Amino acid sequence: MEQEINTIIPAAGKPTENTCYHCGEACREETISADEHSFCCKGCYHVYDLLKVSELCDYYIIDGSAGISPDKSFFKGKFDYLDLPDVHAKILEFTDGHLSQVSWYIPKMHCSSCIWLLEQLYKFNPAIRSSVVNFPEKKVRITFEAEKVKLSELATLVSSIGYEPYISLNDIAGEQVKKWNRKRLYKIGIAGFCFGNVMMLSFPEYFHLGKDAFDESLRATFGWLNLALAIPVLLYCASDFFKSAWAALKGKYLNIDAPIVIALVSIFSLSLYQIISGTGSGYFDSLTGAVFFMLTGRFFQDKTYAGISFDRDYRSYFPVAVSVLTGKAEVRTPVTDLNAADIILVRNSELIPADSVLLSAEALIDYSFVSGEAEPVRRKKGDTIYAGGKQAGPAIELKIMRKVSQSYLTQLWNNESFNKPKEDQNQMLAARINRYFSVIVLIIASLTFAVWFFIFKNPETAFRAFTTCLLVACPCGLLFSSTFTNGNLMALFGKNQCYPKNADAIERLSKIDTVVFDKTGTITRPEDAEVAFIGTKMTDLQMSMVKKLATQSAHPLSRLIVKGLAEVHTEQQNISEYKEASGSGIEGSFGNHTIKLGSADWVGEQKIENDHRFSRVYVSIDGVCSGYFMVSIKYRKNLSQTIEKLRDHGFKTYLLSGDKPTDQDYLAQIFGTYAHLYFKQKPEDKLAFIAALQQKKHRNVLMVGDGLNDAGALQQSNVGVAVSDDINNFTPSCDMIIDGKQLSHLPAFINLARRGQKIIKASFAISLIYNVGGLFFAIGGQLSPVLAAILMPVSLISIVGFTTIASNLSASRILKN
Amino acid sequence: MSAMFVMIIASLAIALAFLGAFIWSVRKGHYDDDYTPSIRILFDDTTSDASKNNTKDIH
Repeated sequence: MEQEINTIIPAAGKPTENTCYHCGEACREETISADEHSFCCKGCYHVYDLLKVSELCDYYIIDGSAGISPDKSFFKGKFDYLDLPDVHAKILEFTDGHLSQVSWYIPKMHCSSCIWLLEQLYKFNPAIRSSVVNFPEKKVRITFEAEKVKLSELATLVSSIGYEPYISLNDIAGEQVKKWNRKRLYKIGIAGFCFGNVMMLSFPEYFHLGKDAFDESLRATFGWLNLALAIPVLLYCASDFFKSAWAALKGKYLNIDAPIVIALVSIFSLSLYQIISGTGSGYFDSLTGAVFFMLTGRFFQDKTYAGISFDRDYRSYFPVAVSVLTGKAEVRTPVTDLNAADIILVRNSELIPADSVLLSAEALIDYSFVSGEAEPVRRKKGDTIYAGGKQAGPAIELKIMRKVSQSYLTQLWNNESFNKPKEDQNQMLAARINRYFSVIVLIIASLTFAVWFFIFKNPETAFRAFTTCLLVACPCGLLFSSTFTNGNLMALFGKNQCYPKNADAIERLSKIDTVVFDKTGTITRPEDAEVAFIGTKMTDLQMSMVKKLATQSAHPLSRLIVKGLAEVHTEQQNISEYKEASGSGIEGSFGNHTIKLGSADWVGEQKIENDHRFSRVYVSIDGVCSGYFMVSIKYRKNLSQTIEKLRDHGFKTYLLSGDKPTDQDYLAQIFGTYAHLYFKQKPEDKLAFIAALQQKKHRNVLMVGDGLNDAGALQQSNVGVAVSDDINNFTPSCDMIIDGKQLSHLPAFINLARRGQKIIKASFAISLIYNVGGLFFAIGGQLSPVLAAILMPVSLISIVGFTTIASNLSASRILKN
Repeated sequence: MSAMFVMIIASLAIALAFLGAFIWSVRKGHYDDDYTPSIRILFDDTTSDASKNNTKDIH
């Protein structure tokens, strides 16, 4: 069954037109030909082979060459920890001893071919009963026979076809992501059902049909039926309003739900009285309708983005298990079970889970994730290595100093800013307007009641006028305006690749006056530098030797050069006498040629005065310097215009970087002053800086960041925005996730949020007009059920129409360019 | 005119049946993912139909 690899063509120098049959990338390094197809690497070929054996080559027909090359850092035994009873129980969603079910997050899922292949897993192993993909959440739910296939085998199988499941410490910690709220759908469904039927049963009443004896009995029946239909709406569908109002009352303040609850209860009791006494048919249609529309509005507003998570902490980043060395054996152990003095083995690009001491001779640790430092640091035997770093290079051995939860990095999460929620329902615009509104309505209703009761001596009309006042002037309109406007704004933001966590985040965004940026990863793109060669032109052979040499080194500049020379084919030529001098450069021989790469001193060239805009890497071939590579950090497109625009609009802008002060002059130009640039900021410094801005200068701060090192600042700021080039990537907990390409639209987003607040106010004014008109009749004690039934939907439709049109118009105007 | 009562009961019963169907579909997770089924339906049947029987999901 193992297909023989026919030929390996060393494609020297000249570019070939071959693209990989599996992943669609151009074949650069080597080309593997098999079955008349080309493959760019062994990984891609192996996946193809696996698919062919299982007769799954239709995969390539669905979406072309959309395959994924398996992760090179995968190694045998990586998932062994999944079979540990403790871990096993937490990962499984369901098990009855025979069949088990597991739901895995697969970040690499991206197209319809992926769905197709992941749903054909049973063809690889008959013990897999079924696999069902949820594409928006990027999850696959696999049902399998627990006796026949181990969980680790399952994970290995899925990884071997390129879709490695992402299993983080969060899954093990038992805090499963809250399932999408089905309860709300039940409530909307039931409220809609009751509303529709109450409407239908109320029709005869609207048109004053029939006055004879039989119609009278029909009318009574309809009344009782309406009552029966309204009870589940009040008790079940509206229960969230009661809960939230009660919670607010216990906290000794009045939220927007409190007057709604008062109105609902008084309308219900008035209608109940009318039905029982036979004096009227009540306002059950308005009651059920209001609940139905309010629930719909909230649903619309709270619709979340599947597959985007806003509440990640360090646990989502940490591996579930590491290799612990006991004697000579390597055991995969959950990181929560790590103890001080355990010896662990950390492979290339694995994360170091706990503070530890280096036992190997040398390590190159990439702390960019934790500190924002772009360049990896070299550590020697005996040095302390902090959690969160990643090893770049061969595997290293470490001795654990502290448990994971007590490590230096995880301490950040103990800061109090992580324990207090930012959302303050009481501060939302609707709640602030409501404070005056409710009081005025209550005063009007009570005055009406008093006038009818004491002056006209008509208690029945007094009671009815009181409740109908509350009915027409119910703050439902206010709730509609804000929920529908915010819901629509969320959708508009989402369409432009900016994903707010909730409506409150949009409201807070509208109040921002200070914007703080992180540097590495946020405004720069560390993996994506510009590499240009300046000097005498090199031959293809020389180029390929330079690339081969640079491939040997883990230094970031070498890596960037390799990336910049992606189009160059490397010779199948062996390098000998490879030497790396820390801080200077690298050297290697190819046959009788000697190549040197590194600083000016290293190649024996005159040093040119250092320019912070870019780094120079000199090349010398056989002792003759032929020029240098200019490697410059790439800033995001339109960065300077964006920040200029923010400054023009009166925002204060700051830069907080964990990195060394490179590029200071350039950045000072952009940010306007040196005083607003802060370098070498530790994660807790960033948090403290934001807190100081808020407390001492009373500023509303927007923090733009990307990594764990910004987690504290994002949490402390009024609005924390995480920048990501792939929104399904892992971002720290924040209020808003923005696509890297859209960062230049930040001023427009703030502008749109401000406009949203104005739209809410305007639509509230519209609902006020209806309220005043309705109140006019209500005070007179003349509000008939039919008038109430017309007024409510008409005001709702005009409000929803207005907010939708207004917000769409402003969005298209503001986000046009 | 007692036909009126029968009709009202019938109409309510039908409406209740639809409500029941809605609740059932929510409970079965039909609204959990409103995207993937639209893709799934477009896949051609594969040539080998060795196991078409096991596409059920347990709940």
